[in-house]
Amino acid sequence: MNFTLHIWRQKNTSSDGSFVTYHVENIDSDTSFLEMLDHLNEKLIDKGEDCVVFDYDCREGICGTCSLVINGHPHGEKKATTTCQLYMRDYANQRELWIEPWRAQSFPIMKDLAVKREAFDRIIQSGGFISVSVGSAPEANSQLINKDDADCAFDSATCIGCGACVAVCPNASASLFVAAKINHFEQLPQGKIESKKRAERMINQMEEEGFGSCSNHRHCETVCPKEISVSNIATMNNLLLA
Amino acid sequence: MQKFNPNVPTGPLEGRWEKHKFDLALIAPQNRKKYNIIVIGTGLAGASLCATLGEAGYNVQSFCYNDSPRRAHSIAAQGGVNASKNYQNDGDSTWRLFYDTIKGGDFRARESNIYRLAQLSCNIIDQAVSQGVPFAREYSGYLANRSFGGTQVSRTFYARGQTGQQLLLGAYSSMSKEIASGKVKHTSRSEMLEIIIIDGKARGVVVRDLITGEISSHVADCVVMCTGGYSNAYFLSTNAKGCNTSATWRAHKNGAYFANPSFTQIHPTCVPPTGDSQSKLTLMSESLRNDGRIWAPKNIEDCDKNPNEILEENRDYFLERMYPAFANLVPRDIASRALKGICDEGRGVGSIINDQRLGVYLDFSSVIEKMGIDKVKEKYGNLFDMYKSITGENPYEVPMKIYPAPHYTMGGLWVDYNLMTTIDGLFACGEANFSDHGANRLGASALMQGLADGYFIAPQTVANYLARGTFEKVSNDHPEVIASIDAVKSRIDKLMNAPMPEHSPDYFHRKVGGILWAACGMARDKNALEEAVKSIEKLKSDFWKSIKVTGSDTDFNQTLEKAGRVADFIELGHLMCVDALDREESCGAHARLEYLAESGDAMRDDENYGYVAAWEFNENGPELHKEELNYEFIKPTYRDYK
Repeated sequence: MNFTLHIWRQKNTSSDGSFVTYHVENIDSDTSFLEMLDHLNEKLIDKGEDCVVFDYDCREGICGTCSLVINGHPHGEKKATTTCQLYMRDYANQRELWIEPWRAQSFPIMKDLAVKREAFDRIIQSGGFISVSVGSAPEANSQLINKDDADCAFDSATCIGCGACVAVCPNASASLFVAAKINHFEQLPQGKIESKKRAERMINQMEEEGFGSCSNHRHCETVCPKEISVSNIATMNNLLLA
Repeated sequence: MQKFNPNVPTGPLEGRWEKHKFDLALIAPQNRKKYNIIVIGTGLAGASLCATLGEAGYNVQSFCYNDSPRRAHSIAAQGGVNASKNYQNDGDSTWRLFYDTIKGGDFRARESNIYRLAQLSCNIIDQAVSQGVPFAREYSGYLANRSFGGTQVSRTFYARGQTGQQLLLGAYSSMSKEIASGKVKHTSRSEMLEIIIIDGKARGVVVRDLITGEISSHVADCVVMCTGGYSNAYFLSTNAKGCNTSATWRAHKNGAYFANPSFTQIHPTCVPPTGDSQSKLTLMSESLRNDGRIWAPKNIEDCDKNPNEILEENRDYFLERMYPAFANLVPRDIASRALKGICDEGRGVGSIINDQRLGVYLDFSSVIEKMGIDKVKEKYGNLFDMYKSITGENPYEVPMKIYPAPHYTMGGLWVDYNLMTTIDGLFACGEANFSDHGANRLGASALMQGLADGYFIAPQTVANYLARGTFEKVSNDHPEVIASIDAVKSRIDKLMNAPMPEHSPDYFHRKVGGILWAACGMARDKNALEEAVKSIEKLKSDFWKSIKVTGSDTDFNQTLEKAGRVADFIELGHLMCVDALDREESCGAHARLEYLAESGDAMRDDENYGYVAAWEFNENGPELHKEELNYEFIKPTYRDYK
């Protein structure tokens, strides 16, 4: 398979960027999307050029490092998938690909396709934890948790913090990310105690970081690789009103 | 340098850790703020250690190469975490977890360390639950368990197929709490490239900012490495692409002994390799072996047939046939070797690579029939989805194909009972050390070890080290600090300006990986290893002659990052082969063809090789030190899983 790639190149945060066009040829359909970019970079090294910087690590869809907006879709068009889990067979009918970084003011571009997501870390630091110290935990089965609650908590906790929800949101809101963490703890008796304060702190921090608010576009849940539901945001809002 | 002494306590096994903890010196709460500790790496071991030390009141400075501590590779662990809670009332106990682990490791680890690990296992579950880790539960509200390879009890706690993710997010949330409190200062996207040693003590690190390329020094009273394993030496492995040995290798070159480097785990249930463009292999959790049945066609002519058309009587459920007692749940090393044997016989399935089909079936049809598709979905849904997205095949309809892949390294920096390396003040936790898994690790034990080290062991032993020492203030213009910075800069200079730049870092990485996989993978022998040692020596000199790094070193440059890591993998690969050559026995994952029983089982030689091989770096070649393993409480036996 041959592809024409238009890739966003940008030297650093303060410089301007632009699309640069490259061609890759003879790509096997079982090659992953990121392996296709590896292939391009090998060619660039051959030619003595600086490689395209893009984020990746586990390449199995769980670490949340990879990003990329492909033809306008964060993590590509395929549902419930991170960029690293895309294969070129998914692009059999699209031979021209526009590849961009996440675009949001709170995620400044570091270089080319890599952005800085430390704002997410700071949101977690503002309250995304249960205040328990090591050594003071009671015996694990001393507090029973309804299976459905535990499962719901898991569904929220499965967020990988990739930031696709922000990248797709017209307001660049981090509401889905924040709500997922708040809900994860809200569903569990050991987390519920701090819920209200946690929600206030995390939402304040989200605003301080420059993320927008939710205005119910619901694009976030359609691009979320872990299919986290927007109902998390509703629960978060209810918690604030309570 | 401290004496090469394991510092194992004496007395009854059950009381050793308690007694040792009592003997360790403490630092009073009001004095802890006077001490500075550097932690490298923020996986389960690093994040849990940062959280615990921060809570205690020490000043902690941490670094990771990822863009957030939450992304360390512990996040990819799927199956679960062991603890001897005996919630299932199936005869589990601290002693049984201890015995299973030491036997699983083929009797090549310390009794005292493993017993302590088994004792601490229950506290880990308590801690994780209190942090909000959403473990699987029964309808009654109690915690659920499942069984795992190498055991006959159900002691594995799990959160669907994402246990590592949930445990890491738990540790990361606790660490974040301490970052907010100001006790932990964390820097992401930074890579440790040198260790600073002053008067024989580890006193700091040199770090490269991966965005700007800036080189900086950081000094402290001691340093803890929680930098993971080195499976990526094989190029293709289940590890994240960034996992590397550079931190541990720097420590080794500065005097820390490297223990059992050839003990590497090749995990049986991975998605088979497909072709040359592949950049990594993906693990399918071992928990799948609970319900899936592994088979290969009996007849070679069936190998390219649709598996659903192969009749039951023409299927060879070879693990059930060879090991009736443990069947599909034999330990990883044994399963991997059996699988390789079948493919070597020509009975493999799937795509042909180098004239061989590399794969066998992992079949869920009988369990889908028995439990119903919904139950199977609930238990394994995310794993099945992952398999489907990688291969394009639906495992609910067609059996999965699996083949072994490098996954975990039991070897690592040699540490004593206090988790301190042979460099004073340099500690190693989690997969970065060699301590607990012997020659083979059992499933769901890595998470247990990383968290035991980080939450419960290192915080105590690090405090003891600090309490017993005196630490003169070191400034950033100390001659040793400047020398370490200069060493880093000149190495980067060499990587950027090779005399005849020609090949990319990946080119060399694939080369060294290929050599190691062939000679130091699932089957090893003297001749192949001797050849491999020579090939790697040549590769090393080729590397420094012709490594080609484009771009600039004062910029975000992933090619440069890779080049530095590959240079270290090449040197480590050499040591892996030297170690595999030295050990003229088979044990656990280390299968020397000359020392295998006809059944394919490992034949240990306790009399001559009942030691930990701890290698000292030496310009003229590695020097071996032996830590004899004395078994006071159990008797090493033939590992029988039949």
